[in-house]
Amino acid sequence: MGHAPSEFPPPVNPAEEFVTGITDPEEERIEVGVAIVGGGPGGLACAVRLGQLLEGEPELAERLGEVPVAVIEKGKTSGAHLLSGANMRPSAMQELFPDLDPSDWPVYQEVEKDAVYLLTKKAALPLKPMPPNFRNHGNYVTSVAKLGRFLQEKAEELGAYVLSETAADKLLVEDRIVRGIRSGDKGRGKEGQELGNFEPGSDVVAKATVLAEGTLGHLTGAALDYFDLHGSEPQRWELGVKEVWEISEPLDRVIHTMGWPLRKGARWNEFGGSFIYPMGEDKLCIGLVVGLDYTDATFSCHDALQELKTHPFIKKLLDGGKRVAWGAKTIPSGGYWSMPKRLSVPGMVMAGDCVSMVNVPELKGIHYAMHAGIYAAESIVESLKQDSVNFESYERRVRKSLIEEDLYRSRNMRQPFSKGFFVGGAIASAMTVTKGAFPGGHWSSEDDAEHEMVLGEASESYPKPDNEYIFDKLNSVFLSGNATRDDAPNHIRIQERVPREVAQTWVSMCPAQVYEIPEDQLESGADMVDVHVTASNCVQCGAITAKGGRLTLPEGGDGPLYQEV
Amino acid sequence: MKICVLVKEVPDAAVDKRIDPETKRLDRSGEKNLNPFDTHALEAAMQVKEGGSDVEEIVAVTMGPDSAVRALHKAVALGADRSVHLTDAALENSDVCATGYALAKVLESEGPDLVLLGQQSDDGECYTIGAVVADHLKMPSLTQVIKMDVAGDKLTCERQAEYGYDTVEVELPAVISVGDAINEPRYPSLKAIMGAKKKPLDTKAIGDVGIEAGQVGTEGSQTTVLELKAPPAKEAGEIIEDEDTNETVEKIVAWLDERKLI
Amino acid sequence: MAGILVYTLHDDEGNFNKNSLGALSEAAKLAGELGTEASAVVVGEVADDAAAGLGKYGVTKVYRAKSAPEGLAQPIVDVMAKVMTDNDISYALFGGGLLGFEIGAGLTARLNAGVTMEVTAVNVRDGKLVAERPILQDSQIADVGYVSEPGIIIGRLNAFDENETGGTAEVEDVEVELSEWSTKAKMVTRGEQRGADVNIEDADILVGGGRGLGQKENFELAEQLADAMGGAVAATRAVVDAGWYPYAAQIGQTGKTVAPKLYLAAGISGAIQHKVGMQNSENILAINKDQNAPIFEFCDFGVVGDLHKIMPKLTEAIKAKKGG
Repeated sequence: MGHAPSEFPPPVNPAEEFVTGITDPEEERIEVGVAIVGGGPGGLACAVRLGQLLEGEPELAERLGEVPVAVIEKGKTSGAHLLSGANMRPSAMQELFPDLDPSDWPVYQEVEKDAVYLLTKKAALPLKPMPPNFRNHGNYVTSVAKLGRFLQEKAEELGAYVLSETAADKLLVEDRIVRGIRSGDKGRGKEGQELGNFEPGSDVVAKATVLAEGTLGHLTGAALDYFDLHGSEPQRWELGVKEVWEISEPLDRVIHTMGWPLRKGARWNEFGGSFIYPMGEDKLCIGLVVGLDYTDATFSCHDALQELKTHPFIKKLLDGGKRVAWGAKTIPSGGYWSMPKRLSVPGMVMAGDCVSMVNVPELKGIHYAMHAGIYAAESIVESLKQDSVNFESYERRVRKSLIEEDLYRSRNMRQPFSKGFFVGGAIASAMTVTKGAFPGGHWSSEDDAEHEMVLGEASESYPKPDNEYIFDKLNSVFLSGNATRDDAPNHIRIQERVPREVAQTWVSMCPAQVYEIPEDQLESGADMVDVHVTASNCVQCGAITAKGGRLTLPEGGDGPLYQEV
Repeated sequence: MKICVLVKEVPDAAVDKRIDPETKRLDRSGEKNLNPFDTHALEAAMQVKEGGSDVEEIVAVTMGPDSAVRALHKAVALGADRSVHLTDAALENSDVCATGYALAKVLESEGPDLVLLGQQSDDGECYTIGAVVADHLKMPSLTQVIKMDVAGDKLTCERQAEYGYDTVEVELPAVISVGDAINEPRYPSLKAIMGAKKKPLDTKAIGDVGIEAGQVGTEGSQTTVLELKAPPAKEAGEIIEDEDTNETVEKIVAWLDERKLI
Repeated sequence: MAGILVYTLHDDEGNFNKNSLGALSEAAKLAGELGTEASAVVVGEVADDAAAGLGKYGVTKVYRAKSAPEGLAQPIVDVMAKVMTDNDISYALFGGGLLGFEIGAGLTARLNAGVTMEVTAVNVRDGKLVAERPILQDSQIADVGYVSEPGIIIGRLNAFDENETGGTAEVEDVEVELSEWSTKAKMVTRGEQRGADVNIEDADILVGGGRGLGQKENFELAEQLADAMGGAVAATRAVVDAGWYPYAAQIGQTGKTVAPKLYLAAGISGAIQHKVGMQNSENILAINKDQNAPIFEFCDFGVVGDLHKIMPKLTEAIKAKKGG
């Protein structure tokens, strides 16, 4: 019998721990107009739009004070923690920068050709006709890490302060009105003690707060608990691991694959697929995305991607190339029904991935986040002009927009085709090609952490790393640019003594080798084992939160430094 | 006392640094950051100020392209009162000799009592700029200092040299480059980060500080990179299995002996 | 212009520095190729025969500035600048070490001379010297040429081997008036030994302990071996993290970077995070029971086996060898 990670909930109560009142005395507080949490496409689009609107609202700008817009970003820079495919739909860029030509965007190219393949161990069968949800014609291949840096520059030009290396650790709430955030402390030791260069966090008090935290938002999680905003279905996630390769032959199309090395059949619930996108003439990215409701404790998305690269079809694409970047991130895949009950509370709005604005079957989210950020900016300006912190008009804007329309349209993909990013509408095609053998199985709708985990055989076929073509996790983490201080407090909350199946789940799942079972316990075959956490390896992908733990925020500036993933 | 701290924008430690094969110079397109050794110099300046010496101002000085402004913002967030940015197309491709001259010129215009800098930059790793600048400024200098105390117009510095630790007394004005063991740099407070953009930043071109164009840039450089090559490939190591430990140990000792390691 | 001038450092007892002597031999060799001569500079009270004895390493002349103090760079810059200018010398060569960097840098400013540092080899090309400088963590080597003379070359520690080829050098005393600023730094104490805290970055031999040691107590094995070899003990992040050894000894991405003559990796898998901190060691010897450990891909000599069996015997064998 297996065990579900949810039987061992993390020792944390977000609503209690991460929601607080204002504590700094008045002279020490940092007063800003709008505090935006997260320097991603959503938060920065909001900052840009606010800057644009405030240019026409000098009176309001004046009232917002010296720092009308502050973006709080935990990475070393905007983009440092951003990772996505990414095939971007251009609508939000066009709306935000009507005067910019796409040639000025941080994009590689417009997609002209695409293809979907079903992989078996040796073959690649093209899916024809192409499932409509995989059509990317007219979209743009971008690196969201670059997009983040681009948008930061634009936001700064318009007067926003981007406070990078700053963790938004707590939500400031008074009388159920959100009043800003408190930044995390810096300079604490392993046991939480203050080191010689300790620098306490600060209350950043704002007239409006925007949570645009991305997948597994730290404060969003706390806010949903605190304000009781959880949607009708639990959120679910997929984990994506991605590499960028320098290649000699340019790739002429966007490719998606399904099937091998993921195993079909209900037993292992391994649903997902790969994406391979050209990045200009000399690079491509390859990534594997898998729903975190799988049940084999030995399954590793990182290593399955390595296995995928041994496929002759893929190998040919990478031949003679060199891996130049690596990263991992979760994707919320709950879709429409996992959106919170409301997208705003007094003083605060939430936008983008952290509130499930991802179109699962179409693999799209960047432009939704940006549109939502734009709406948030418009509603905030509208309300603050009236001296109101009621931002319900944001919700109305979203509900009337393409975000609602698209997400609502795909809402029922979750029922018959509830299996995430890669399956959706493609399943019908897959069924045709395989005469019903794929995907097979039955569909469940549990929380990712509630699936019982068993020790299967997924790991047995993973290739041995040579660290030139096939890599081990530590090599990958190194390439992510992660150089987190070793003596920082552990920011990952898990139960550290759990059944072997649960421990192995974390060990295998984590693409950054954060979790380990001590060797002697591994060998002894004990039922209950210790889990050793090397928090400094963490690239903050968030998978642990989906699968029975809770990622909290380490010191600002820690984590990866993604440059082009 | 007026302290100038030389700072430099370098590729972030996490960036896989590469040479652009065309220019034979470092490809600087990746993420950049304030040179970590310079944060120790800034901290040393702050500790002089906070230690009771009468420091009237701390000025961060850099030479570099437009993007180097971010390094200056970081420097003022860490405590500098204002910053000076020497930037000019003519400075591009300056070698150590030309860079030292240019920095000395901009420092001359500031007239500092103490110049501090990190002992090396993360990218160039030359360890030399401090001593070059000092000779131009006609000031005494020490590099790789790991302890520095100020008393009046004298510094007492310690550093590790060829034969052990040296303690040296240096009269001000002076140029001191510091090692990372000298202190543990502070984190900038959020308030300081937000205030950084409001602190004065002077941008200077070479003409503003009397730099001769022919003395800097490619023209003023006295060295040239002729060629870049891969280091000689290392031979694959010999791997043995320990079957008979006595024999294994003998083999190890023989190997060590052969390489004069015992 | 012609000739190569080498600064020859000595300690308070008058012993010349090994790196300086290596630089003398290198300069003599290069001078031969260039068809010129190599000379040395010494400062302070260096005895006649000691100075003349530098000829052994191939230099034909030794300039001695008795009035300039040893140990601080700037007075020596004054001396070398004068000698180089008066004698029209083309290159200054330093054997590595702190003072060489400082003097070389000072000369760069004084003589408007190009400088290359951390040089591992020097070649003659078209009648000029070209310095090989490893860059970017030694992942590439730059061949650096000099646009004009004089040129300054600062070697990396241990880059040049001493080689006794010559006889006796002519000693010429030079009187140099020190610059005003050169007298403003004064040595208070020189060469103080602070033995207790061994700086692993300076050790010639390091025994690195990893998780393969099994437990904290087994670091004794590494310490005993390091003792026997006259080296110091280093550690991986994992074992520092586990509290087996102090952070000061940590090698790697988030620890120190070392390049000793010998790095003996005991129970270290050799993950990239560790490798970047020690990959430039001259010799890497690995003992690990896991034959798939990455360390075996880049070590010079690898032993697949149980370090608990091997290390004590190795320690004894080395002691015996040294004792004998």
